[in-house]
Amino acid sequence: MENIRRVISVIVMNESSVLARVTALFAGRGYNINSLTVAPIPDSNFSHITISTKGDKRTIEQITKQLHKLIPVLKVTEHDEMVEKEMVLVKFSANESLADISALCGAYNGGIVNVGPDIVITMVADEPVRIKHYLEAIKRFSPVEVVRGGVVAIER
Amino acid sequence: MKINGAQMVCEAIIAEGVKTVFGYPGGAIMNVYDEIYKQDGFEHILNRHEQASVHAADGYARATGEVGVAMVTSGPGFTNAVTGLATAYMDSIPLVVISGQVPLAFIGTDGFQEIDAVGISRPCTKHNYLVRELSDLPRILKEAFYIARSGRPGPVLVDIPKDITAEFGEFIYPTEVEIPTYKPSCKGNNRQIKKAVEAILEAKKPLLYIGGGTVLSNASVDVKEFAKITQIPAVETLMARGVMGHSNPLLLGMLGMHGNYSSNMAMSETDLVISLGARFDDRVTGKLSEFAKYAKVIHVDIDPANIGKLVDVDYPIVGDIKNVVESLIAQIKDRVDTAKYEDWRNILDNYNNLHPQSYQDSDEIIKPQWAIERIGKLVGEDAIITSDVGQHQMWAAQHYPFDRARQWINSGGLGTMGFGFPAALGAKKGCPEKTVINITGDGSILMNMQELVTASEYKIPVINLILNNNYLGMVRQWQTFFYEKRYSSTDLSYQPNFKALAESCGGIGYDVTTKEEFDNAIKDAIKQDRVAFINVSINRLENVLPMVPAGGALYNMILEHKD
Repeated sequence: MENIRRVISVIVMNESSVLARVTALFAGRGYNINSLTVAPIPDSNFSHITISTKGDKRTIEQITKQLHKLIPVLKVTEHDEMVEKEMVLVKFSANESLADISALCGAYNGGIVNVGPDIVITMVADEPVRIKHYLEAIKRFSPVEVVRGGVVAIER
Repeated sequence: MKINGAQMVCEAIIAEGVKTVFGYPGGAIMNVYDEIYKQDGFEHILNRHEQASVHAADGYARATGEVGVAMVTSGPGFTNAVTGLATAYMDSIPLVVISGQVPLAFIGTDGFQEIDAVGISRPCTKHNYLVRELSDLPRILKEAFYIARSGRPGPVLVDIPKDITAEFGEFIYPTEVEIPTYKPSCKGNNRQIKKAVEAILEAKKPLLYIGGGTVLSNASVDVKEFAKITQIPAVETLMARGVMGHSNPLLLGMLGMHGNYSSNMAMSETDLVISLGARFDDRVTGKLSEFAKYAKVIHVDIDPANIGKLVDVDYPIVGDIKNVVESLIAQIKDRVDTAKYEDWRNILDNYNNLHPQSYQDSDEIIKPQWAIERIGKLVGEDAIITSDVGQHQMWAAQHYPFDRARQWINSGGLGTMGFGFPAALGAKKGCPEKTVINITGDGSILMNMQELVTASEYKIPVINLILNNNYLGMVRQWQTFFYEKRYSSTDLSYQPNFKALAESCGGIGYDVTTKEEFDNAIKDAIKQDRVAFINVSINRLENVLPMVPAGGALYNMILEHKD
């Protein structure tokens, strides 16, 4: 079976070690994690975990079922009708052309967020596939450091 | 009135109706042991190793259907219990294990006897808790019992820091459980059940594939009824032995690696597998692509993750076996034409006549299969049979005439050597009116032999039948078949005097080399109020047959082995 990429949304009780339960499940059963983000859901006792993973159809199905078996898991959502975004912070040398960097970041929903004597820091937030393009495009400006935020997603 | 956390633990155990708790004290759990000393709501059995405590609670749970409870201290007490947790987890056995933990302030400091119990037990428990506030303790205890026994059962660990068991607080044991994220579905979707009924009515060669979930769901009566109404033949997994009853004409036997010929052929030729609480374990299926190759699959299981995990399922039904089978019976009983499956039953009868489950008996030496059949004749339905892991386990599963569910107790999923003896103690505590016999080997019995002392102290008269071939037999068999007889570390000729060993611990021992001695030993041991070791010399090189080599197709069985 062919490997597919999937983003899985998991709503969990906001209690200690719940993230460990989720990641241990992936590690123990040999599932793949491309990225993982987690944050509390405002005004509730729940947190939202977004996991980007890949595997064949049966594996993806098992991942969702096994996640659902964890006692503190309320809801597992997995389908392709998700709005996905990922944020990236990149550090450049201040010797690069700031106007070009700013224009490039502008094309990917971002811009320059910090300028120091030697470096500039940019932020963009876009769909994962466009983030991939962006990371290709910035290579010409010799990025010093790249920090990706991981995918967050919400159902359409 | 305020009570301390330790007393809350005892009160919860009493409120849950638990009569016997198995455990071993130590520093971090001492507060609870102090309260155990003061109460008389349940009995505490002091095993001589924490692993045995958990297996004993497990045996108690399997024999009675109730939640078993074990209690251990932190650090090594807990790590010793891990094998017990994993054993129960793999076979979906409801347990609550209480472990002591270092005081809250010491957690994370590598304190004396500190270990991350919830971290270690995460993959081998259904759920686990580290109690951080005394006010959470009553709710957590209630939830632990509820989670252990509901849905797909399993072990739950409650890890309690020592300062929490010492602290005083108000105790109100909840009557209801409210876990918004845990709602197991039991009923089975009616539309799916209807579709399954149509599939059964259309099938020409349907086969009931009965798994351990049937035992856990207490659905034996219903499954037998369903088979009787439909006259559909059945195979049992290792975990389901006893569900159909050995004399049931519809039962072909056990399937899988050491299944009998007709069972494995039935699975290879069926056109509709009706899986009831089975999970398509690799020891059952052999080569997956050849397993039930011509069949559609109805899969009834309370755990959705079991459905479609290994084989594609045409009719998935998530629900409790008992509920679902009741619905199936109601919908099929007036419509089924039992004659329709007659040709199929005849084919399977022919297979059974061609290669029945058999062995070559001997007048010179006791054959293990004979020994098992003989106990079946001598005690039969009256006994609960536990076992360890290896050849003796397979011979017992093949040859003992099991009559009912919960009569057969063994570690199927994890395959834990050393399980049988402590599990027998638990089963005997749960069902004192039954004769409890642990069928074991000379390898397995040594792995928890310290329980001789426990059995003697508490007068728990279980019988250990040691089928002694001076080998780690199952591994030796694989070495014979697949490793050109290089018997690496499997010769167990160096062994204790089992009779003297039992007697030194307050038990009774028998050395048996003839059939007559065998009968006398069994009959005598049953009358004793003491734990017994019956050391039976069997032929050294007997193999468990038939055998499907690991990863092979079920229809390719080794039926006989000649040197």
